[in-house]
Amino acid sequence: MKTRHKRMAFILVGLAGLSVAAWLVLNALNSNLALYISPTDVLAGDAPKDQTFRLGGLVVEDSLRREDDGLTVHFEVTDSANTIPVTFTGILPDLFEEGQGVVAQGKMQGGVFAASEVLAKHDENYMPAEVADMLEEGEKLKQQYGQPEEAASMPQTP
Amino acid sequence: MALKDSIAWYHFSAPKNFYPLAGKVIPWFWGLTIALLLVGLYLSFFVAPTDYKQGESYRIIYIHVPAAWMSMLIYLVMAIYAIIGLAWKVRLADMMASALAPTGAMFTFLALWTGAFWGKPTWGTYWVWDARLTSELILLFLYIGFISLQSAIDDPRRAAKASGLLAIVGVINLPIIYFSVQWWNTLHQGASVSPTMAPKMATIMLTTMLIMTFAFWMYTIVIVLMRVRRIILERERQTSWVMELFGAEASGEKDEKGERK
Repeated sequence: MKTRHKRMAFILVGLAGLSVAAWLVLNALNSNLALYISPTDVLAGDAPKDQTFRLGGLVVEDSLRREDDGLTVHFEVTDSANTIPVTFTGILPDLFEEGQGVVAQGKMQGGVFAASEVLAKHDENYMPAEVADMLEEGEKLKQQYGQPEEAASMPQTP
Repeated sequence: MALKDSIAWYHFSAPKNFYPLAGKVIPWFWGLTIALLLVGLYLSFFVAPTDYKQGESYRIIYIHVPAAWMSMLIYLVMAIYAIIGLAWKVRLADMMASALAPTGAMFTFLALWTGAFWGKPTWGTYWVWDARLTSELILLFLYIGFISLQSAIDDPRRAAKASGLLAIVGVINLPIIYFSVQWWNTLHQGASVSPTMAPKMATIMLTTMLIMTFAFWMYTIVIVLMRVRRIILERERQTSWVMELFGAEASGEKDEKGERK
């Protein structure tokens, strides 16, 4: 074995060892590395009690209600298994929309999540507006003619 | 054939022979960079359609994504050079690693910066400590650490050893950046383009993004070759070929080091 092969082997073994160490550390920190908690986990009691945490999921369709002051909003966040009502006073981000992803920071107060900050989570799809319109048209036609719907796109939940 | 290749390989791993070769190819890569950049920017601003959801703000993707890809690619190449430098004691590999670091750091900063300006209108915040953003920030610190470690040690060989080790250890961070959006829930969306899935963006958008990526890539090659030429001159300034190159006043006086490699 030449010296340079020894050095190479040393580097590779070192890297392999480091990878295992990194994997173990990341696994141990798994719950801390998650940015938000899903409604199911919150209801299961995994969220810190009386402390601020982030709740993430999809905004339930037709759940958005605005109070008369124009700033306070109520909506519901779901991971398609469980749903938590959210209340927030402030300006919602532009991409906030029913049926879209959302990450809210706040606390549970009773059964309601009182948010101090609401962030919109957009998906990885990019297309021209015309294509999006056409897809929507197609979806409507499909429903009219009662064709079997493709597997409904489920939200990405942990 | 293999023998011929390996001779060329060894030939150009000597800084003395690599210096003129790099000088010859730089103008070609400049031409490629400018052509690709012009086409890419034209497509980005005038041809690529408005996004159905994000409107015009999504156009920052044409800088953000290529910069983020390059930040990771450059780190990988830098680490490979560091391994070659450490294991085979090839001085040119050490020099290439040092030449790559500033450009890698620049692209990492660009990705973070454009990401912040994209995040504000879309997410509603400049920054959030999710796994993707945090691991990319760690990448920036790794680059800065590499550069400062190298400039903190005077002896180039010891500097290359220490910083090379840091570069190799930091490779662990690359899969973490790449897979962070799959492994943990993050505010950052998943990958639109990946080797295993059909791209989740319109073809013209994807084409534009890839052209911009190649433009950044060619730019990286140009700048790194220019920088490595400067590093070669700096570290080999005692050798006879560098002195001859500058019609050295040291004519006749032959440095012993000049015979090495």
